[in-house]
Amino acid sequence: MEVAIPYALTAELTHRCPLHCAYCSNPVELSRREHELSTQDWMNVWEEAHDLGIVQLHLTGGEPLLRPDAEQLIRRARELGFFVNVITSGVGVTEKRIRQLALAGVDSIQLSVQAPTAELADAIAGSRAHESKQKAAQWIRAAGLPLHMNVVLHRQNIDLVEDIIELCASWGAERLELANTQYYGWAYLNRQHLLPAKAQLAAAEEAYTRAKERFGQQMELIWVIPDYYEEFPKPCMGGWGSISMTVTPDGKVLPCTAASSIRTMKFDSVKEKTLKWIWEESAAFNAYRGQDWMSEPCRSCEHRFRDFGGCRCQAYLLTGDSGQADPVCQRSPHHHMITEFISTMNAEDHAGASAEPGELFPSYAYRGRPVMNGGIAGENI
Amino acid sequence: MMTEELSKQLRLRRPARLKFDEARQTDLLLLPERVIRLNPTAGAILWLCDGERTVNQIIEELQTKYNQTDLKADVLDFLTQAADRGWVETWK
Ligand code: SF4
Ligand code: SF4
Repeated sequence: MEVAIPYALTAELTHRCPLHCAYCSNPVELSRREHELSTQDWMNVWEEAHDLGIVQLHLTGGEPLLRPDAEQLIRRARELGFFVNVITSGVGVTEKRIRQLALAGVDSIQLSVQAPTAELADAIAGSRAHESKQKAAQWIRAAGLPLHMNVVLHRQNIDLVEDIIELCASWGAERLELANTQYYGWAYLNRQHLLPAKAQLAAAEEAYTRAKERFGQQMELIWVIPDYYEEFPKPCMGGWGSISMTVTPDGKVLPCTAASSIRTMKFDSVKEKTLKWIWEESAAFNAYRGQDWMSEPCRSCEHRFRDFGGCRCQAYLLTGDSGQADPVCQRSPHHHMITEFISTMNAEDHAGASAEPGELFPSYAYRGRPVMNGGIAGENI
Repeated sequence: MMTEELSKQLRLRRPARLKFDEARQTDLLLLPERVIRLNPTAGAILWLCDGERTVNQIIEELQTKYNQTDLKADVLDFLTQAADRGWVETWK
């Protein structure tokens, strides 16, 4: 089949991160510092990506600014004409660093509010974490960049959505993405502590709708619901292997950020193959291109051109087979796995239902060491 | 349409950037979270939103370029939508 030209590349510069979020979407087996691609390796990736027709780069992590060569990588990316977007937690960032990023030509910096509740409560009440992010927000704007923010919502913080919106507005955000956790990686392991109850979700959505009306053009609000509560799955981007790719810190190329959770699949590395070959020829990228791979119920379903059978990673995590229909889909023979899980999450006696915002569950599995206070470590970036 | 509005200078809303893409032979509007593939007319209009030209000048240039006299309504319509979507700075 004909292979489309990709638009975007997400470069996970490092999996290192000063934070330890229970909803982290990074793989459970993180790649280690000594295996990270070198500056030169990344620059080669940029060149190959450019030749392939990619126009947009997202530098992410872990915390991408832990790489001291971020500026150098941004400069080279801009020379090649990419639109360069950096996604940072802002933790440990300095004013000087932000100015250097701007000088290097970064187009946009997205500040994520990692809000494991303790930190969020702090953020709203005023604290070191709050100050560190607030400063980062100020510096981003002072560098002439628009402030785009995103926050991951889950059971423990979703009731505070109105406060979060206010906070971001007061920092001058022009865009705020309120993304409910999607359950891959660490978030999948922790999902019984993360999925909000239906009533919580409904209340939060109302708060979002009110805010959207109130802020209008001043701040663009985006709402991403947890797809466990949908009737049909969310589309897998524009289809598997049709729009973008992700390169991991050690050079593996994935069809999407979550794909390394699919253990049965082998992903090629930029250390051994060209990006072009991986995109066009590799087994992983071709596995779910188009519709030919589908079995029932997708094969004959009218939605297949719209949602592409849903998420391959979710199908794998829940059924052990990444070629199945996404179990979020009502028509999936595995849909009961979702409905049963949801009903335990909405049962009166579920521990989470009575938890106060701000309470952390001791049984969270964190990447790295367990951190109980929202994990503000002081690494300067 | 107020003449005052027509004399406003138009620019893209940062951080949006335009790029003519060699690989696809088309104009693209690059935004932090998305890439928009522009049709030739949309591309032609947005390239003129350079912070120097006024709405009036943009209309005139396009009329000359396409050798037409009645593009005003279409261009204004597009620019209004572009502003609503946050591609160009608000100008009304
Ligand atoms: S497979 Fe799932 S996680 Fe990956 S891009 Fe598709 S929908 Fe997203
Ligand atoms: S059956 Fe498959 S294609 Fe149809 S809606 Fe469900 S997941 Fe999508």
